[in-house]
Amino acid sequence: MASLIARSPLAGQAPLVLGRLRLAEGRPGPITSLARLKDRPLDALLEAAGLSFPAPNSMVSTETHRLVWTGRDQAFLFGPPLEGLGAACAATDQSDGWASLLLEGPGAEEALMRLVPLDLRLTAFPQGRTARAPLNHMQAILMRTGPEAFTVLVFRSMAQSAWHEIGTAMRSLAARAAIG
Amino acid sequence: MRITCPLCGTRDRREFYYYGAEDYLHRPAPDAAPETWDDYLHLRDNPAGETRDLWYHELGCASWLVVTRNTVTHEISAVELVAEVSA
Ligand SMILES: [Zn+2]
Repeated sequence: MASLIARSPLAGQAPLVLGRLRLAEGRPGPITSLARLKDRPLDALLEAAGLSFPAPNSMVSTETHRLVWTGRDQAFLFGPPLEGLGAACAATDQSDGWASLLLEGPGAEEALMRLVPLDLRLTAFPQGRTARAPLNHMQAILMRTGPEAFTVLVFRSMAQSAWHEIGTAMRSLAARAAIG
Repeated sequence: MRITCPLCGTRDRREFYYYGAEDYLHRPAPDAAPETWDDYLHLRDNPAGETRDLWYHELGCASWLVVTRNTVTHEISAVELVAEVSA
């Protein structure tokens, strides 16, 4: 067996800093998709880990895990897989399937709202809110991780496109700011 | 045009994919008469008024939806999950 080199979807991509915004690759670690199965004790297992199945457009976090709603009866678990998960739901490893992009800085939502048809201002999309929503043509998972911070997940194959799109939005904002 | 996904909330039309009439949910039995299959596959009403169609929240939560829409006023009066309608 050849020795393969593990590369993150945006390996080698230096953070992009423009004005007060910073775009960088995130390293989410293990991602597991949990899909409910009838009569399986998923809720009990989550509860034992201090988690609960998140409502649509939201996430539930502990020190070690983050559980993000991603669809009807489906959520993504960020963090080490929980013991017994395979018997409690349909669990699939998604770790290498997604690219994670972190956008931080005051007005980060202004850049994202050029690409996402949602109101992402803090009042409408506060910390802890998430959304399955398009980033232009890409099927993204959006998380508000802080007052000035978002995590955007896209399919791994679209990592460069997402980076380019968000970078373009950042450049537009910076250019607009430069001319006053 | 905005569609209110029962799970995601009110979203822009670009997030949704249109499939066709709700008739697709009423698949005949495999041994149904040829006329019944012909009806299912090819014959559609074209109402001036209320119609029920299947839409897919493609760029959102990936749920299939039944959208009740008025072709005269363009009003959308209901959006339901196919999973609940056909359960
Ligand atoms: Zn939806």
